[in-house]
Amino acid sequence: MHILAELVIVLIILLDLGLAVTGSLSACIRLVAAQGVLAGLLPLLAGTEGISAGTAAFAAVIVLLKGAVFPWLLIRARDRSGARQDVEPLVSYPVSVAFCLGSFVAASWLGSRLPLPETGVAWIVPASLATVFTGFLLITTRTKAITQVLGYLVMENGIYIFGLALFVQQPMMVELAILLDVFVAVFVMGIAIFHISREFDHIDTAELSELSDWRREGYGS
Amino acid sequence: MLLLLLSLGLLLAGSALAVLFFRRPAAARAAGVAAALLASVCGLAASLQTLFSGGFSSLSLPWPVPMASFSLVLDPLAAFFLIPIFLLTGAGALYGAGYLDGNARERAGLAWGAFDLLSASMTLVVLSANAVLFMTAWELMALSSFLLVLFDHERPQARKAGYLYLVTGAAGALALLLAFSLLSPSGGPMDFARFARPGGAAAAAAFLAALCGFGLKAGFIPLHVWLPEAHPAAPSHVSAVMSGVMIKMGIYGLLRVLGFLLPWPAWWGGLILAFGAVSALGGVLFALAQHELKRLLAYSSVENMGLILMGLGLGMLAVSDGDYALAALSFSGALLHALNHSLFKGLLFMGAGSVIKSTGTGELEALGGLSKKMPVTASYFLLGSAAISGLPPFNGFVSELLLGLAGLLALGPRSRLAPWGAVVIVSLAAVGTLAAACFVKASGSVFLGLPRSRRTDGAREAGRPMLAAMAVPAAGIALVGLFPSAALRPLSAVLGSILGPGAAGFLSAYASVPLACAGAAAAGLAALLLALWTARALLLRGRKPGAGPTWDCGYAEPTPRMQYGASSFSQPLTDLFQPVIRVIGRYPRIQEYFPSGASFSTEAQPLVYNTLYTPAARRIRGLAYRFSWLQQGRLQFYIMYIAAALIGLLLWKL
Repeated sequence: MHILAELVIVLIILLDLGLAVTGSLSACIRLVAAQGVLAGLLPLLAGTEGISAGTAAFAAVIVLLKGAVFPWLLIRARDRSGARQDVEPLVSYPVSVAFCLGSFVAASWLGSRLPLPETGVAWIVPASLATVFTGFLLITTRTKAITQVLGYLVMENGIYIFGLALFVQQPMMVELAILLDVFVAVFVMGIAIFHISREFDHIDTAELSELSDWRREGYGS
Repeated sequence: MLLLLLSLGLLLAGSALAVLFFRRPAAARAAGVAAALLASVCGLAASLQTLFSGGFSSLSLPWPVPMASFSLVLDPLAAFFLIPIFLLTGAGALYGAGYLDGNARERAGLAWGAFDLLSASMTLVVLSANAVLFMTAWELMALSSFLLVLFDHERPQARKAGYLYLVTGAAGALALLLAFSLLSPSGGPMDFARFARPGGAAAAAAFLAALCGFGLKAGFIPLHVWLPEAHPAAPSHVSAVMSGVMIKMGIYGLLRVLGFLLPWPAWWGGLILAFGAVSALGGVLFALAQHELKRLLAYSSVENMGLILMGLGLGMLAVSDGDYALAALSFSGALLHALNHSLFKGLLFMGAGSVIKSTGTGELEALGGLSKKMPVTASYFLLGSAAISGLPPFNGFVSELLLGLAGLLALGPRSRLAPWGAVVIVSLAAVGTLAAACFVKASGSVFLGLPRSRRTDGAREAGRPMLAAMAVPAAGIALVGLFPSAALRPLSAVLGSILGPGAAGFLSAYASVPLACAGAAAAGLAALLLALWTARALLLRGRKPGAGPTWDCGYAEPTPRMQYGASSFSQPLTDLFQPVIRVIGRYPRIQEYFPSGASFSTEAQPLVYNTLYTPAARRIRGLAYRFSWLQQGRLQFYIMYIAAALIGLLLWKL
């Protein structure tokens, strides 16, 4: 069984790298959805005993949410905002990939240093940390509001896998709490993005700094 | 303790109700005032009972916050500071019911909510016996008073005052956190009962941090800058509570923390005494130079905090010298002056509020002759002025007598603290004289003479709730002044909880005779005044006193503008102290042979603010600007900073 789980872990890491190089917004949404589905399947594959009905139902809810509901909401937000179809990164794609690989190295080191209980699945802790870092990367280096939502979702995937590594038997408690937050966040952002694009004709967060009261020129006057 | 919990509950409920009723100002006011009055009655009963029967009660409930527990302790020290809280918040609520009537109705709900929250948080500050609970109450106190300072937020002056108050409050809280973390042993709840004196330099650091943190609330020089801004900006009943009670929370906290830091090195007491002398003298000099009534009263609060600190400092010096008789006298002088100051300063702020409400201004140069239109307010203000100047037969005399006795005892042959005693005696004498001059100026230019502008035309006597509220501190002033010996027992109880039970005996040994004499003298003086009053009334019976022009030195047409103004009255004194006060006069240069229009104005420069705070603020701004490249205004960067900080913390802890 663990062979399958480790295969999923490898796929998740590959998806992280894929997210770092993908320029198309819809491809990004699909990649995040795929990663969410894989993460949702992980508890079914990683468990040592048989699969209980509760675990299965829980995994089904997660897969449904991350594989269908979130992508649908995000695609809808993208279509309504009428934004450009690429992610408009602040740094070039090779640099993004370099960051992503570096984060994976750092995560491996960190995973070996963290005082964590033994896990049955190899590489699960580094993979989860690397996914969290990739989420951060998406949030910090992409300009669009919608890519920030994607970043949060990737981060959430990472946190979920991390929770799985710690509490293989009952990741539900951790997951339910985070999932609720993320669901609300995606919902709110979907609405907010729609409204922002209607008001300002774009969803570029860099331009939103016009709204802040910080004025560099205003100093000393 | 049960009664105090009841009054806390009443205040919080009143606060919540007042905010809920924000659409109906009358209901909000009723809820706020009723809760404050009931809570005052309950709380006063509980604290008087503790003080006079020497009780001690505590309550500890678990509180699921790290390092916290809901621990309350009611000891004599707490009970002593609860008395002014409940007296003045009760009277202040009654006064505010009249004062806020008719203006800013849409804000009444919030104002009453904040007022009751302020009372509740001050009660909790005094009662709490856990550092986390204390800081929560402390911040609630700062927050609710900040809201009240911003009551007239349309005025830029009020916004500036609120900002300054918020910043100094935050800085003080930071220093307090440092002090508490130094005092608390690691692990477990930060209960006061577990606090211990840290060794070596950490004790001095804790002392300095506490002095800075509590000093920013108590407002002694040079930490007083928010006081003269915030007190005039707040509504008058709030100024009365803030100046009368809230700044005393700084003194309370300092005493409480000093209790954990025994034994005290000598330089601590010397430092506090020096700060006290500087604030007493500086405060009264700045007060003398002010021309706005509430600002003058605010600076006078700085002066009185200085007197209290002088008593504390001398007492600490005496304790480190092993002279417990001197310590008992100085501490009790300081404590009694804290109580007395809240009584007369509360009364004076209420009197000033009545004047401002009925004339719309607190500028001394625009007022005058109000004693004819507001006789009751005028007599209350006169009473408060006499008390704050330390004149018998009022309460200010009693506490200044105790401080003076302590100074004399320090000068005595058996004491090694003669230089400090001399400092206390000299400052006390100078401050008493200058304070008398200052309050002659204040009450003279507001209530005596002829009106200096048309603003007093429509002045009317304050409404009934306001007058009733002013009667409360006035009664307190007279009671303490006439029966000073009654203060011995509560003061001994408080001293017992600070210095140990032995010190209490010294107080009655050294202070009972002078206090009895002061009481007898006050009674005699009061009887004499009463006799003169009766004789005047008897002689005037059946006759009508005639009104005629004042002797006018041969001027044919004296006008109100020729009478002494507030600043012309104090000019000889302010000129003498020009290096400190820095009064700047502005007037046009006369260039023609027949000059027509001219104007003249003077303004006292805020010396400490200009020479200490403004350059410091400029330095900090300059330093902050160097890091402005961090402020890109882009969301991505801020998230990156947070992530970097989190990862850094993770790596640091590995």
